[in-house]
Amino acid sequence: MGELIKCENLAFSYEDVDVIKNLSFTVSEGDYLCIVGENGSGKSTLTKGLLGLKTPDSGSISLEQGLTKKEIGYLPQQTPAQKDFPASVFEVVLSGRLNSRGLRPFYSRADKMIAHDNIRKLGIEELMTRSYRDLSGGQQQRVLLARALCAGKKLLFLDEPVTGLDPIVTEEMYRLIEELNKKDNITIVMVSHDIVSAVRYATHVLHLNFEKSFFGTTEEYMKSPLGQYFFG
Amino acid sequence: MLNELIEMFSNDFMVRALIGGTLVSLCASLLGVSLVLKRYSMIGDGLSHVGFGALAVASAVGSAAPLQIAIPIVVISAFFLLRLSENSKVKGDAAIALISTGALAIGITAASVSGLNTDINSYLFGSIIAMDKNDVIFCSVLSVIIIILYVFFYNKIFAVTFDESFAKATGTKAGIYNMIIAFLTALTIVVGMKMMGSMLISSLIIFPAVISMRVCSRFKTVIITSALVSVLCFIVGLVSSYSYSLPTGASIVIVNMIALILAVIIGHFTMKKNKHDRRKNN
Repeated sequence: MGELIKCENLAFSYEDVDVIKNLSFTVSEGDYLCIVGENGSGKSTLTKGLLGLKTPDSGSISLEQGLTKKEIGYLPQQTPAQKDFPASVFEVVLSGRLNSRGLRPFYSRADKMIAHDNIRKLGIEELMTRSYRDLSGGQQQRVLLARALCAGKKLLFLDEPVTGLDPIVTEEMYRLIEELNKKDNITIVMVSHDIVSAVRYATHVLHLNFEKSFFGTTEEYMKSPLGQYFFG
Repeated sequence: MLNELIEMFSNDFMVRALIGGTLVSLCASLLGVSLVLKRYSMIGDGLSHVGFGALAVASAVGSAAPLQIAIPIVVISAFFLLRLSENSKVKGDAAIALISTGALAIGITAASVSGLNTDINSYLFGSIIAMDKNDVIFCSVLSVIIIILYVFFYNKIFAVTFDESFAKATGTKAGIYNMIIAFLTALTIVVGMKMMGSMLISSLIIFPAVISMRVCSRFKTVIITSALVSVLCFIVGLVSSYSYSLPTGASIVIVNMIALILAVIIGHFTMKKNKHDRRKNN
């Protein structure tokens, strides 16, 4: 169980206001880390930092064990423009292979096979030729998850994966993520504001709370003052 | 009918208009799909006004090659408008309106002071005889470049258009592709402006994309349909403009409008079917 991501003494500011200070945590292989926190606690800033879209003011984020950015799959929050985007499910999933193409302009047969495999894995074969915009919210999330798996199968980074989904579909989504973590041994990092249900599936919790952030296993979290506040 | 067409295209200026316009329509429609889907349609509109301002000022100061002066100005504005739209979503559209009306005002003032009032009309609303031999050569080179870049970067353009944050996070340099699209759009607008007029050139970018999105549900078919619709509407518009002595740019836009109405009707029925399918699946 080696470490995959190691963050030490991170500090981020947003529009000249410090949002994250002195934050250290690690993500190891097979972990299911849930990052929670109130609005404004720096979840999106940290997300950008972990994805390499924002450099920390101080401290370091290092990818260990030869993990490269190309092995990280990412499930971003949906944008309004995407909801009515005219693209077939297969086109969307296949676009996850782009990062492994480099400058080569077209997808290979192997890329298409990987896309097919992930479509099968997430049980959306019958949607394959359908248009993304005609799908329900839960189906769209599955498509984006399949795309994320095409991009990287070592670590999945999920940003608010259940926002806007109804309770039943939300539960299905959590189960699916748990299965990917347990069965396929994919390391999960999930950002969520839905503390109570997100933490149920996680092995580790990072609760961002300005000066007094918490990082530890879910068990430890339940006993901590922050965890007690929500679960006590 | 056939004789009429033969007679029509025995005029050199009509042949030039046909070649140049077809190529510009083709390029505009390819770029338009990305711009419309990324909610950047207004950039195209803003650029055409900047283009008018630059052309008018350049002619007013007596430049021999106003087009060559307008191109760098419009390209720089394209990068600037792109920045604005990326950084502040809400203020972006207001900023575009400020820039386009500002450029328009400068252009009109420059033209009026220097007494260019006859040219003003053709810059604003276009003219069928505007394309000269150099313009056609320039159009051909430009469209070959655009089509090659588009095919080569097709998968990247799709990824960046569909989901910029995913593309960035997984290591695609989205910024560069946005800039390529903005750069090519600026070139297309300046070249097409002479025929279409700066008031109407952005229709070539927006209409075909919106039309094809109504009836197609895959990205690839959207692109291909958009290109076909754009060229077809251009040719129909050009021919009717010549036959009935109508303003060229305006007739092309009207043909596009008719195509859009048809697409909305067709789309209405096919969409209904898809929605029905979706309910069945849930």
